[in-house]
Amino acid sequence: MIEVVDCPLPASFQDAGRPGYRHLGVPLSGALDPQWLAIANALAGNPPQTVALEMRLLGPKLRTSTPVTVALAGDFSARIEDTAGQSRPTANWCSHVLTAGETLCVGSLRSGIGYLAVGGGFDLPPVLGSRSTYARAGLGGIDGHMLRAGDRLKVGAGGAAISLRLPHAPDIGRGPIRVIPGPQRDYFTDAAWQQFIGAEFVVSREADRMGLRLDGPRLEHARGADIVSDGVTPGAIQVPGDGRPIVLLADCQTVGGYPKIATVIGADLPRLGHALPGHKLRFVAVSADEALAARRDAARRLAECIAGMVPGGAELDLDALYGANLIDGVIDAD
Amino acid sequence: MNPRLLDLGDGALTLEFGERIDPALNARVMAARDALAALKLEGIVDVVPAYCSLTVHFDPLRLDRKILAARLLEAAQAPVQKSAPATRWLIPVTFGGEFGPDLAEVAQATGRSEPDVVAAICAAELRVFLIGFLPGFPYLGELPAWLHLPRRATPRTVVPANSLAIAGPQVAVYPWQSPGGWHLLGRTPVRLFDVADADRPALLAPGDSVRFKAVSDDEFRRLAAGVAASECGRKDWLAP
Repeated sequence: MIEVVDCPLPASFQDAGRPGYRHLGVPLSGALDPQWLAIANALAGNPPQTVALEMRLLGPKLRTSTPVTVALAGDFSARIEDTAGQSRPTANWCSHVLTAGETLCVGSLRSGIGYLAVGGGFDLPPVLGSRSTYARAGLGGIDGHMLRAGDRLKVGAGGAAISLRLPHAPDIGRGPIRVIPGPQRDYFTDAAWQQFIGAEFVVSREADRMGLRLDGPRLEHARGADIVSDGVTPGAIQVPGDGRPIVLLADCQTVGGYPKIATVIGADLPRLGHALPGHKLRFVAVSADEALAARRDAARRLAECIAGMVPGGAELDLDALYGANLIDGVIDAD
Repeated sequence: MNPRLLDLGDGALTLEFGERIDPALNARVMAARDALAALKLEGIVDVVPAYCSLTVHFDPLRLDRKILAARLLEAAQAPVQKSAPATRWLIPVTFGGEFGPDLAEVAQATGRSEPDVVAAICAAELRVFLIGFLPGFPYLGELPAWLHLPRRATPRTVVPANSLAIAGPQVAVYPWQSPGGWHLLGRTPVRLFDVADADRPALLAPGDSVRFKAVSDDEFRRLAAGVAASECGRKDWLAP
Protein backbone atom coordinates (compact mmCIF):
# COMPACT_ATOMS: atom_id res chain seq x y z
CA MET A 1 0.00 0.00 0.00
CA ILE A 2 1.25 3.49 -0.89
CA GLU A 3 -0.12 6.51 0.95
CA VAL A 4 -0.23 9.93 -0.66
CA VAL A 5 1.31 12.16 2.02
CA ASP A 6 1.14 15.33 -0.05
CA CYS A 7 0.01 16.27 -3.55
CA PRO A 8 0.17 20.06 -4.04
CA LEU A 9 -0.63 20.08 -7.78
CA PRO A 10 -2.86 17.94 -9.99
CA ALA A 11 -1.56 14.50 -10.86
CA SER A 12 -3.60 11.88 -12.66
CA PHE A 13 -3.42 8.20 -13.48
CA GLN A 14 -2.92 7.53 -17.17
CA ASP A 15 -2.58 4.54 -19.45
CA ALA A 16 -3.29 4.14 -23.17
CA GLY A 17 -6.63 5.91 -22.71
CA ARG A 18 -10.17 4.98 -23.61
CA PRO A 19 -10.39 4.28 -27.36
CA GLY A 20 -13.68 2.92 -28.68
CA TYR A 21 -16.04 5.28 -26.83
CA ARG A 22 -15.67 8.61 -28.60
CA HIS A 23 -19.05 8.13 -30.34
CA LEU A 24 -20.54 8.35 -26.82
CA GLY A 25 -18.79 11.65 -26.11
CA VAL A 26 -16.11 9.99 -23.97
CA PRO A 27 -12.70 11.66 -24.52
CA LEU A 28 -9.74 9.51 -25.51
CA SER A 29 -7.62 10.62 -22.50
CA GLY A 30 -4.43 8.61 -21.81
CA ALA A 31 -0.82 9.69 -21.33
CA LEU A 32 0.19 13.01 -22.93
CA ASP A 33 3.47 11.27 -23.80
CA PRO A 34 2.81 7.55 -24.40
CA GLN A 35 6.52 7.03 -25.12
CA TRP A 36 7.63 8.28 -21.73
CA LEU A 37 4.87 6.20 -20.16
CA ALA A 38 6.29 3.14 -21.96
CA ILE A 39 9.80 3.98 -20.75
CA ALA A 40 8.67 4.41 -17.12
CA ASN A 41 6.92 1.06 -17.32
CA ALA A 42 9.90 -0.67 -18.93
CA LEU A 43 12.11 0.61 -16.10
CA ALA A 44 9.59 -0.79 -13.59
CA GLY A 45 9.39 -4.13 -15.41
CA ASN A 46 5.80 -3.58 -16.64
CA PRO A 47 4.09 -3.87 -20.06
CA PRO A 48 4.37 -0.53 -21.94
CA GLN A 49 0.95 1.00 -21.35
CA THR A 50 0.42 -0.06 -17.73
CA VAL A 51 -1.26 2.69 -15.72
CA ALA A 52 1.20 5.16 -14.10
CA LEU A 53 1.03 8.55 -12.41
CA GLU A 54 1.32 11.51 -14.78
CA MET A 55 2.74 14.45 -12.84
CA ARG A 56 2.68 18.08 -13.86
CA LEU A 57 4.86 20.95 -12.58
CA LEU A 58 5.32 19.56 -9.06
CA GLY A 59 5.27 15.95 -7.90
CA PRO A 60 3.68 14.27 -4.86
CA LYS A 61 5.12 12.78 -1.70
CA LEU A 62 4.36 9.05 -1.36
CA ARG A 63 5.00 6.71 1.59
CA THR A 64 4.98 2.96 1.09
CA SER A 65 4.11 0.34 3.70
CA THR A 66 5.48 -2.52 1.60
CA PRO A 67 8.60 -2.89 -0.55
CA VAL A 68 7.96 -1.52 -4.03
CA THR A 69 9.89 -0.72 -7.21
CA VAL A 70 9.32 2.82 -8.50
CA ALA A 71 10.49 4.14 -11.87
CA LEU A 72 10.87 7.83 -12.72
CA ALA A 73 10.63 9.16 -16.27
CA GLY A 74 11.15 12.88 -16.76
CA ASP A 75 13.44 15.66 -15.68
CA PHE A 76 12.86 16.43 -12.03
CA SER A 77 14.52 16.25 -8.65
CA ALA A 78 13.43 13.55 -6.24
CA ARG A 79 14.69 11.97 -3.05
CA ILE A 80 13.90 8.94 -0.91
CA GLU A 81 13.53 9.41 2.85
CA ASP A 82 14.04 6.38 5.07
CA THR A 83 12.28 5.75 8.39
CA ALA A 84 15.10 7.43 10.30
CA GLY A 85 14.61 10.63 8.31
CA GLN A 86 17.78 10.19 6.26
CA SER A 87 17.33 11.00 2.62
CA ARG A 88 19.19 10.01 -0.51
CA PRO A 89 18.83 11.62 -3.94
CA THR A 90 17.44 9.59 -6.80
CA ALA A 91 18.27 9.65 -10.47
CA ASN A 92 15.66 9.97 -13.19
CA TRP A 93 15.27 7.52 -16.07
CA CYS A 94 15.87 4.94 -13.41
CA SER A 95 14.04 2.47 -11.17
CA HIS A 96 14.58 2.31 -7.40
CA VAL A 97 13.49 -0.16 -4.76
CA LEU A 98 11.75 1.41 -1.77
CA THR A 99 11.58 -0.58 1.46
CA ALA A 100 8.62 -0.50 3.83
CA GLY A 101 8.21 2.86 5.52
CA GLU A 102 10.26 4.85 3.01
CA THR A 103 8.93 8.04 1.41
CA LEU A 104 9.51 9.20 -2.15
CA CYS A 105 9.45 13.00 -2.46
CA VAL A 106 9.20 14.33 -6.02
CA GLY A 107 10.13 17.98 -6.49
CA SER A 108 9.44 20.34 -9.36
CA LEU A 109 9.37 19.06 -12.91
CA ARG A 110 11.56 20.84 -15.43
CA SER A 111 10.14 18.63 -18.16
CA GLY A 112 6.56 19.88 -17.78
CA ILE A 113 5.23 16.39 -17.25
CA GLY A 114 6.80 13.24 -15.87
CA TYR A 115 5.75 9.70 -15.09
CA LEU A 116 6.00 7.58 -11.98
CA ALA A 117 5.41 3.86 -12.50
CA VAL A 118 5.43 1.12 -9.87
CA GLY A 119 6.44 -2.51 -10.40
CA GLY A 120 3.22 -4.47 -10.91
CA GLY A 121 1.33 -1.27 -11.75
CA PHE A 122 -1.28 0.53 -9.65
CA ASP A 123 -4.19 -1.74 -8.81
CA LEU A 124 -7.17 0.29 -10.06
CA PRO A 125 -10.43 -0.89 -11.63
CA PRO A 126 -10.74 -0.25 -15.38
CA VAL A 127 -13.65 1.99 -16.38
CA LEU A 128 -14.71 1.62 -20.03
CA GLY A 129 -11.51 -0.28 -20.68
CA SER A 130 -9.08 2.21 -19.12
CA ARG A 131 -7.75 3.36 -15.76
CA SER A 132 -7.04 6.89 -17.02
CA THR A 133 -8.44 9.66 -14.82
CA TYR A 134 -11.03 11.87 -16.53
CA ALA A 135 -12.17 13.97 -13.60
CA ARG A 136 -14.88 16.00 -15.37
CA ALA A 137 -17.05 12.89 -15.70
CA GLY A 138 -15.55 11.06 -12.73
CA LEU A 139 -14.06 8.25 -14.82
CA GLY A 140 -11.01 6.13 -13.97
CA GLY A 141 -8.21 6.74 -11.48
CA ILE A 142 -9.27 6.70 -7.84
CA ASP A 143 -13.07 7.09 -7.90
CA GLY A 144 -12.67 9.47 -10.83
CA HIS A 145 -10.81 12.22 -8.98
CA MET A 146 -7.31 13.63 -9.36
CA LEU A 147 -4.68 12.37 -6.94
CA ARG A 148 -4.94 14.00 -3.52
CA ALA A 149 -3.35 13.75 -0.10
CA GLY A 150 -4.76 10.87 1.90
CA ASP A 151 -5.35 8.63 -1.12
CA ARG A 152 -4.21 5.06 -0.56
CA LEU A 153 -2.86 3.28 -3.62
CA LYS A 154 -2.78 -0.47 -3.98
CA VAL A 155 0.06 -1.94 -5.99
CA GLY A 156 -0.71 -4.77 -8.41
CA ALA A 157 0.69 -8.25 -8.00
CA GLY A 158 3.70 -9.40 -10.00
CA GLY A 159 6.07 -6.49 -9.37
CA ALA A 160 9.72 -7.47 -8.91
CA ALA A 161 12.52 -5.66 -7.07
CA ILE A 162 14.51 -4.45 -10.04
CA SER A 163 16.83 -1.58 -10.74
CA LEU A 164 17.29 -0.43 -14.32
CA ARG A 165 18.36 2.80 -15.93
CA LEU A 166 18.60 4.45 -19.31
CA PRO A 167 22.15 5.47 -20.21
CA HIS A 168 20.78 8.58 -21.98
CA ALA A 169 17.61 10.58 -21.57
CA PRO A 170 15.37 9.99 -24.60
CA ASP A 171 15.42 12.52 -27.42
CA ILE A 172 11.91 13.83 -27.90
CA GLY A 173 12.58 15.82 -31.04
CA ARG A 174 13.21 19.43 -31.92
CA GLY A 175 12.45 21.95 -34.62
CA PRO A 176 9.03 23.16 -35.73
CA ILE A 177 5.94 21.14 -34.79
CA ARG A 178 4.74 19.27 -37.88
CA VAL A 179 1.09 19.63 -38.90
CA ILE A 180 -1.23 18.44 -41.65
CA PRO A 181 -3.38 21.32 -43.01
CA GLY A 182 -7.13 21.11 -42.42
CA PRO A 183 -9.81 19.97 -41.93
CA GLN A 184 -11.00 23.61 -42.23
CA ARG A 185 -7.95 25.26 -43.82
CA ASP A 186 -10.43 26.89 -46.25
CA TYR A 187 -12.04 28.85 -43.38
CA PHE A 188 -8.92 31.02 -43.14
CA THR A 189 -7.44 33.69 -45.36
CA ASP A 190 -4.16 32.90 -47.12
CA ALA A 191 -2.55 35.65 -45.02
CA ALA A 192 -3.69 33.85 -41.85
CA TRP A 193 -2.21 30.59 -43.14
CA GLN A 194 1.11 32.28 -43.90
CA GLN A 195 1.16 33.71 -40.38
CA PHE A 196 0.28 30.34 -38.92
CA ILE A 197 3.25 28.57 -40.50
CA GLY A 198 5.57 31.59 -40.47
CA ALA A 199 5.20 33.13 -37.03
CA GLU A 200 6.29 32.17 -33.54
CA PHE A 201 3.65 31.28 -30.97
CA VAL A 202 3.95 31.19 -27.19
CA VAL A 203 2.08 28.79 -24.90
CA SER A 204 -0.20 30.91 -22.69
CA ARG A 205 -1.12 30.26 -19.06
CA GLU A 206 -4.30 28.53 -20.23
CA ALA A 207 -2.77 25.09 -20.59
CA ASP A 208 -3.96 21.78 -19.24
CA ARG A 209 -4.69 18.23 -20.38
CA MET A 210 -7.56 19.46 -22.58
CA GLY A 211 -5.45 21.85 -24.59
CA LEU A 212 -3.05 24.76 -24.93
CA ARG A 213 -4.10 28.27 -25.88
CA LEU A 214 -1.38 30.02 -27.86
CA ASP A 215 -0.39 33.68 -27.93
CA GLY A 216 0.89 35.14 -31.17
CA PRO A 217 -0.58 36.70 -34.28
CA ARG A 218 -4.39 36.61 -34.45
CA LEU A 219 -5.46 34.33 -37.29
CA GLU A 220 -8.12 35.85 -39.50
CA HIS A 221 -11.11 33.80 -40.61
CA ALA A 222 -12.28 34.04 -44.20
CA ARG A 223 -15.67 32.36 -43.68
CA GLY A 224 -16.60 33.07 -40.07
CA ALA A 225 -15.58 31.34 -36.87
CA ASP A 226 -18.49 28.91 -36.54
CA ILE A 227 -18.84 25.55 -38.21
CA VAL A 228 -21.46 22.87 -37.75
CA SER A 229 -19.80 20.80 -34.99
CA ASP A 230 -17.69 17.94 -36.32
CA GLY A 231 -15.15 15.47 -34.97
CA VAL A 232 -11.98 16.71 -33.26
CA THR A 233 -8.92 14.84 -32.03
CA PRO A 234 -5.87 15.49 -29.85
CA GLY A 235 -3.54 17.66 -31.94
CA ALA A 236 -6.32 19.52 -33.77
CA ILE A 237 -5.70 23.29 -33.76
CA GLN A 238 -9.00 25.11 -33.47
CA VAL A 239 -9.30 28.86 -33.88
CA PRO A 240 -12.25 30.57 -32.15
CA GLY A 241 -13.53 34.00 -33.12
CA ASP A 242 -10.76 35.83 -31.24
CA GLY A 243 -8.19 34.36 -33.66
CA ARG A 244 -6.08 32.75 -30.91
CA PRO A 245 -5.34 29.11 -31.72
CA ILE A 246 -5.98 26.30 -29.23
CA VAL A 247 -4.12 23.01 -29.66
CA LEU A 248 -6.30 20.21 -28.31
CA LEU A 249 -4.71 17.51 -26.15
CA ALA A 250 -5.62 14.09 -24.72
CA ASP A 251 -8.65 15.10 -22.62
CA CYS A 252 -10.25 17.18 -25.41
CA GLN A 253 -13.94 16.87 -26.21
CA THR A 254 -15.00 14.58 -29.08
CA VAL A 255 -16.64 17.21 -31.32
CA GLY A 256 -16.21 20.95 -31.67
CA GLY A 257 -17.75 23.94 -33.41
CA TYR A 258 -14.65 26.02 -34.20
CA PRO A 259 -12.77 25.73 -37.51
CA LYS A 260 -9.51 23.78 -37.31
CA ILE A 261 -6.71 25.26 -39.38
CA ALA A 262 -4.41 22.22 -39.06
CA THR A 263 -3.71 19.14 -36.95
CA VAL A 264 -0.42 18.20 -35.24
CA ILE A 265 0.91 14.83 -36.44
CA GLY A 266 0.93 11.93 -34.00
CA ALA A 267 4.72 11.76 -33.80
CA ASP A 268 4.99 15.38 -32.55
CA LEU A 269 1.98 15.42 -30.23
CA PRO A 270 3.93 14.33 -27.09
CA ARG A 271 6.12 17.44 -27.43
CA LEU A 272 3.03 19.60 -26.90
CA GLY A 273 2.13 17.58 -23.83
CA HIS A 274 5.43 18.74 -22.33
CA ALA A 275 4.96 22.41 -23.24
CA LEU A 276 4.67 24.82 -20.33
CA PRO A 277 3.40 28.41 -20.37
CA GLY A 278 6.05 30.58 -22.01
CA HIS A 279 7.39 27.91 -24.35
CA LYS A 280 7.83 29.13 -27.92
CA LEU A 281 6.89 27.08 -30.92
CA ARG A 282 6.51 27.18 -34.67
CA PHE A 283 4.55 25.04 -37.09
CA VAL A 284 5.46 23.49 -40.42
CA ALA A 285 3.14 21.68 -42.86
CA VAL A 286 3.92 18.10 -43.90
CA SER A 287 2.15 15.39 -45.91
CA ALA A 288 0.39 12.31 -44.54
CA ASP A 289 3.23 10.17 -45.93
CA GLU A 290 5.82 12.22 -44.02
CA ALA A 291 3.69 11.90 -40.88
CA LEU A 292 3.57 8.12 -41.28
CA ALA A 293 7.35 7.95 -41.71
CA ALA A 294 7.72 10.06 -38.56
CA ARG A 295 5.46 7.67 -36.62
CA ARG A 296 7.54 4.69 -37.74
CA ASP A 297 10.71 6.53 -36.79
CA ALA A 298 9.32 7.36 -33.32
CA ALA A 299 8.33 3.72 -32.73
CA ARG A 300 11.79 2.57 -33.78
CA ARG A 301 13.53 5.09 -31.51
CA LEU A 302 11.35 4.05 -28.56
CA ALA A 303 12.22 0.38 -29.12
CA GLU A 304 15.93 1.25 -29.30
CA CYS A 305 15.69 3.35 -26.16
CA ILE A 306 14.06 0.54 -24.17
CA ALA A 307 16.49 -2.05 -25.59
CA GLY A 308 19.33 0.15 -24.32
CA MET A 309 18.32 -0.08 -20.64
CA VAL A 310 21.13 -1.26 -18.36
CA PRO A 311 21.11 -2.68 -14.82
CA GLY A 312 21.78 -0.49 -11.82
CA GLY A 313 20.27 2.80 -10.77
CA ALA A 314 22.71 4.16 -8.25
CA GLU A 315 25.09 5.96 -10.58
CA LEU A 316 23.80 9.23 -11.91
CA ASP A 317 25.24 9.93 -15.36
CA LEU A 318 25.01 13.70 -15.31
CA ASP A 319 27.10 14.15 -18.42
CA ALA A 320 24.71 12.03 -20.43
CA LEU A 321 21.67 13.79 -19.02
CA TYR A 322 22.92 17.28 -19.75
CA GLY A 323 24.56 16.25 -23.01
CA ALA A 324 21.20 15.11 -24.33
CA ASN A 325 20.01 18.74 -24.14
CA LEU A 326 16.70 17.35 -23.05
CA ILE A 327 14.59 20.33 -22.29
CA ASP A 328 15.86 22.78 -24.84
CA GLY A 329 14.95 20.21 -27.43
CA VAL A 330 11.43 19.79 -26.19
CA ILE A 331 9.66 22.65 -27.80
CA ASP A 332 11.95 25.42 -28.95
CA ALA A 333 11.14 26.79 -32.27
CA ASP A 334 14.35 26.88 -34.25
CA MET B 1 -22.90 18.67 -52.76
CA ASN B 2 -20.93 15.46 -53.13
CA PRO B 3 -19.47 13.93 -49.99
CA ARG B 4 -15.84 14.93 -49.50
CA LEU B 5 -12.96 13.82 -47.29
CA LEU B 6 -11.19 16.21 -44.92
CA ASP B 7 -7.82 15.56 -43.26
CA LEU B 8 -7.90 15.56 -39.45
CA GLY B 9 -4.21 14.89 -38.88
CA ASP B 10 -2.48 11.61 -39.72
CA GLY B 11 -4.78 9.47 -37.57
CA ALA B 12 -8.27 10.59 -38.61
CA LEU B 13 -10.38 11.40 -41.68
CA THR B 14 -13.69 13.26 -41.73
CA LEU B 15 -16.28 12.39 -44.35
CA GLU B 16 -18.43 15.49 -44.86
CA PHE B 17 -21.89 15.40 -46.49
CA GLY B 18 -22.65 19.11 -46.17
CA GLU B 19 -22.36 22.03 -43.81
CA ARG B 20 -25.78 22.37 -42.23
CA ILE B 21 -27.97 20.81 -39.56
CA ASP B 22 -30.37 18.69 -41.58
CA PRO B 23 -31.99 15.35 -40.65
CA ALA B 24 -31.51 14.11 -44.25
CA LEU B 25 -27.74 14.68 -44.07
CA ASN B 26 -27.60 13.13 -40.59
CA ALA B 27 -29.38 10.03 -41.94
CA ARG B 28 -26.70 9.71 -44.64
CA VAL B 29 -24.01 9.96 -41.93
CA MET B 30 -25.64 7.04 -40.09
CA ALA B 31 -25.95 5.01 -43.29
CA ALA B 32 -22.23 5.55 -44.02
CA ARG B 33 -21.35 4.60 -40.45
CA ASP B 34 -23.28 1.32 -40.79
CA ALA B 35 -21.77 0.55 -44.20
CA LEU B 36 -18.26 1.14 -42.83
CA ALA B 37 -18.94 -1.01 -39.76
CA ALA B 38 -19.99 -3.89 -42.02
CA LEU B 39 -16.49 -3.88 -43.57
CA LYS B 40 -14.87 -4.63 -40.17
CA LEU B 41 -11.61 -2.93 -41.18
CA GLU B 42 -8.62 -3.66 -38.94
CA GLY B 43 -7.03 -0.59 -37.39
CA ILE B 44 -10.13 1.58 -36.91
CA VAL B 45 -10.08 3.11 -33.42
CA ASP B 46 -13.25 5.22 -33.19
CA VAL B 47 -16.09 6.16 -35.54
CA VAL B 48 -17.80 9.39 -34.50
CA PRO B 49 -20.96 10.57 -36.27
CA ALA B 50 -21.72 14.30 -36.06
CA TYR B 51 -24.51 16.44 -37.60
CA CYS B 52 -23.43 16.16 -41.21
CA SER B 53 -20.08 14.37 -41.07
CA LEU B 54 -18.48 11.14 -39.93
CA THR B 55 -15.01 11.17 -38.35
CA VAL B 56 -12.98 7.96 -38.41
CA HIS B 57 -10.00 7.72 -36.05
CA PHE B 58 -7.53 5.05 -37.13
CA ASP B 59 -4.05 3.70 -36.49
CA PRO B 60 -2.00 4.59 -39.60
CA LEU B 61 0.53 1.89 -38.71
CA ARG B 62 -2.22 -0.75 -39.08
CA LEU B 63 -4.58 0.71 -41.70
CA ASP B 64 -3.45 2.36 -44.92
CA ARG B 65 -4.87 5.86 -45.18
CA LYS B 66 -5.56 5.59 -48.91
CA ILE B 67 -7.47 2.33 -48.47
CA LEU B 68 -9.56 3.84 -45.66
CA ALA B 69 -10.23 6.93 -47.80
CA ALA B 70 -11.47 4.79 -50.69
CA ARG B 71 -13.70 2.68 -48.41
CA LEU B 72 -15.14 5.82 -46.82
CA LEU B 73 -16.08 7.34 -50.17
CA GLU B 74 -17.79 4.05 -51.08
CA ALA B 75 -19.61 3.98 -47.72
CA ALA B 76 -20.77 7.53 -48.41
CA GLN B 77 -22.92 6.15 -51.24
CA ALA B 78 -24.80 3.75 -48.92
CA PRO B 79 -28.57 4.16 -49.32
CA VAL B 80 -30.48 5.61 -46.38
CA GLN B 81 -32.86 3.10 -44.83
CA LYS B 82 -36.32 4.59 -44.42
CA SER B 83 -37.07 3.39 -40.94
CA ALA B 84 -38.68 4.59 -37.75
CA PRO B 85 -36.42 6.21 -35.13
CA ALA B 86 -34.27 3.64 -33.31
CA THR B 87 -35.81 4.34 -29.90
CA ARG B 88 -38.41 6.87 -28.72
CA TRP B 89 -37.87 8.48 -25.34
CA LEU B 90 -40.10 10.61 -23.09
CA ILE B 91 -37.92 12.56 -20.66
CA PRO B 92 -39.44 14.31 -17.61
CA VAL B 93 -38.24 17.86 -16.97
CA THR B 94 -39.13 20.50 -14.40
CA PHE B 95 -39.06 23.92 -16.08
CA GLY B 96 -38.26 27.38 -14.75
CA GLY B 97 -37.58 28.52 -11.21
CA GLU B 98 -34.29 27.51 -9.61
CA PHE B 99 -33.91 24.65 -12.09
CA GLY B 100 -34.43 26.74 -15.22
CA PRO B 101 -33.00 30.18 -14.47
CA ASP B 102 -33.18 31.43 -18.09
CA LEU B 103 -36.83 30.60 -18.83
CA ALA B 104 -38.08 34.11 -18.11
CA GLU B 105 -35.34 35.68 -20.28
CA VAL B 106 -36.06 33.30 -23.17
CA ALA B 107 -39.78 34.11 -22.93
CA GLN B 108 -38.99 37.81 -23.02
CA ALA B 109 -36.50 37.50 -25.91
CA THR B 110 -39.01 35.55 -28.03
CA GLY B 111 -42.01 37.67 -27.06
CA ARG B 112 -43.96 34.66 -25.77
CA SER B 113 -45.16 33.60 -22.34
CA GLU B 114 -43.21 31.12 -20.22
CA PRO B 115 -45.95 28.45 -20.59
CA ASP B 116 -45.78 28.94 -24.40
CA VAL B 117 -42.03 28.29 -24.38
CA VAL B 118 -42.44 25.17 -22.24
CA ALA B 119 -45.32 23.93 -24.41
CA ALA B 120 -43.26 24.40 -27.59
CA ILE B 121 -40.32 22.47 -26.17
CA CYS B 122 -42.57 19.64 -25.03
CA ALA B 123 -44.45 19.56 -28.37
CA ALA B 124 -41.33 19.14 -30.48
CA GLU B 125 -40.32 15.65 -31.54
CA LEU B 126 -36.55 16.00 -31.42
CA ARG B 127 -33.95 13.94 -33.23
CA VAL B 128 -30.70 12.89 -31.52
CA PHE B 129 -28.22 14.16 -34.11
CA LEU B 130 -25.11 13.17 -32.21
CA ILE B 131 -23.58 12.45 -28.83
CA GLY B 132 -20.49 14.52 -28.08
CA PHE B 133 -18.76 17.29 -26.11
CA LEU B 134 -19.08 15.36 -22.83
CA PRO B 135 -19.83 11.69 -22.12
CA GLY B 136 -23.49 11.08 -23.00
CA PHE B 137 -24.19 14.73 -24.01
CA PRO B 138 -26.94 14.68 -26.68
CA TYR B 139 -27.32 17.32 -29.40
CA LEU B 140 -31.05 17.39 -30.20
CA GLY B 141 -32.94 19.27 -32.85
CA GLU B 142 -34.66 21.07 -34.20
CA LEU B 143 -36.64 23.71 -32.34
CA PRO B 144 -39.27 25.87 -34.08
CA ALA B 145 -37.63 28.92 -35.68
CA TRP B 146 -39.07 31.45 -33.20
CA LEU B 147 -37.12 29.76 -30.39
CA HIS B 148 -33.71 30.07 -32.10
CA LEU B 149 -31.55 32.30 -29.89
CA PRO B 150 -27.82 32.98 -29.97
CA ARG B 151 -25.74 31.66 -27.08
CA ARG B 152 -25.51 33.77 -23.94
CA ALA B 153 -23.01 36.61 -24.32
CA THR B 154 -21.09 35.39 -21.28
CA PRO B 155 -21.00 31.63 -20.74
CA ARG B 156 -21.66 30.34 -17.23
CA THR B 157 -18.68 28.81 -15.51
CA VAL B 158 -20.97 26.27 -13.86
CA VAL B 159 -23.96 24.62 -15.52
CA PRO B 160 -25.46 22.11 -13.06
CA ALA B 161 -25.63 18.47 -14.17
CA ASN B 162 -28.97 17.38 -15.73
CA SER B 163 -29.80 20.90 -16.98
CA LEU B 164 -31.90 21.20 -20.15
CA ALA B 165 -30.53 23.97 -22.36
CA ILE B 166 -31.20 25.53 -25.78
CA ALA B 167 -29.14 27.47 -28.32
CA GLY B 168 -29.96 28.15 -31.97
CA PRO B 169 -32.07 25.25 -33.28
CA GLN B 170 -30.55 22.90 -30.72
CA VAL B 171 -31.54 21.39 -27.39
CA ALA B 172 -29.16 19.58 -25.04
CA VAL B 173 -29.11 18.03 -21.62
CA TYR B 174 -25.84 18.33 -19.65
CA PRO B 175 -25.03 14.94 -18.10
CA TRP B 176 -22.25 16.53 -16.03
CA GLN B 177 -21.58 19.83 -14.34
CA SER B 178 -19.58 21.90 -16.79
CA PRO B 179 -19.13 25.41 -18.13
CA GLY B 180 -21.65 26.32 -20.82
CA GLY B 181 -23.16 29.18 -22.79
CA TRP B 182 -26.61 27.82 -23.58
CA HIS B 183 -29.91 29.00 -22.04
CA LEU B 184 -30.94 26.87 -19.06
CA LEU B 185 -34.65 26.11 -19.03
CA GLY B 186 -35.09 23.14 -16.71
CA ARG B 187 -33.72 20.05 -15.02
CA THR B 188 -34.33 16.34 -15.56
CA PRO B 189 -33.94 13.51 -13.05
CA VAL B 190 -32.83 11.19 -15.88
CA ARG B 191 -29.27 9.87 -15.81
CA LEU B 192 -27.85 10.25 -19.33
CA PHE B 193 -24.60 8.38 -18.79
CA ASP B 194 -23.93 5.47 -16.47
CA VAL B 195 -20.79 3.33 -16.64
CA ALA B 196 -22.62 0.68 -14.59
CA ASP B 197 -24.49 -0.10 -17.81
CA ALA B 198 -21.43 -1.33 -19.68
CA ASP B 199 -23.33 -2.36 -22.82
CA ARG B 200 -24.86 1.07 -23.35
CA PRO B 201 -23.39 3.66 -20.99
CA ALA B 202 -25.01 6.55 -22.91
CA LEU B 203 -28.81 6.55 -22.61
CA LEU B 204 -29.40 8.14 -26.02
CA ALA B 205 -28.00 7.22 -29.43
CA PRO B 206 -27.96 9.12 -32.74
CA GLY B 207 -31.17 8.53 -34.64
CA ASP B 208 -33.29 8.20 -31.47
CA SER B 209 -36.25 10.49 -30.96
CA VAL B 210 -36.84 12.48 -27.77
CA ARG B 211 -39.82 14.35 -26.36
CA PHE B 212 -39.83 16.21 -23.07
CA LYS B 213 -42.66 16.08 -20.52
CA ALA B 214 -43.14 18.88 -18.00
CA VAL B 215 -43.34 17.71 -14.38
CA SER B 216 -43.66 19.61 -11.11
CA ASP B 217 -40.70 20.28 -8.83
CA ASP B 218 -42.12 17.72 -6.38
CA GLU B 219 -42.40 15.07 -9.09
CA PHE B 220 -38.84 15.89 -10.22
CA ARG B 221 -37.56 15.38 -6.67
CA ARG B 222 -39.48 12.10 -6.31
CA LEU B 223 -38.06 10.78 -9.60
CA ALA B 224 -34.53 11.97 -8.79
CA ALA B 225 -34.68 10.09 -5.48
CA GLY B 226 -35.88 7.02 -7.38
CA VAL B 227 -32.95 7.29 -9.80
CA ALA B 228 -30.48 7.69 -6.93
CA ALA B 229 -31.92 4.57 -5.25
CA SER B 230 -31.91 2.69 -8.60
CA GLU B 231 -35.68 2.24 -8.29
CA CYS B 232 -36.28 3.76 -11.69
CA GLY B 233 -34.09 3.84 -14.75
CA ARG B 234 -33.73 3.42 -18.47
CA LYS B 235 -37.00 1.56 -19.23
CA ASP B 236 -39.06 4.17 -17.35
CA TRP B 237 -38.07 6.84 -19.88
CA LEU B 238 -39.24 4.93 -22.99
CA ALA B 239 -42.15 6.59 -24.75
CA PRO B 240 -45.37 4.65 -24.22
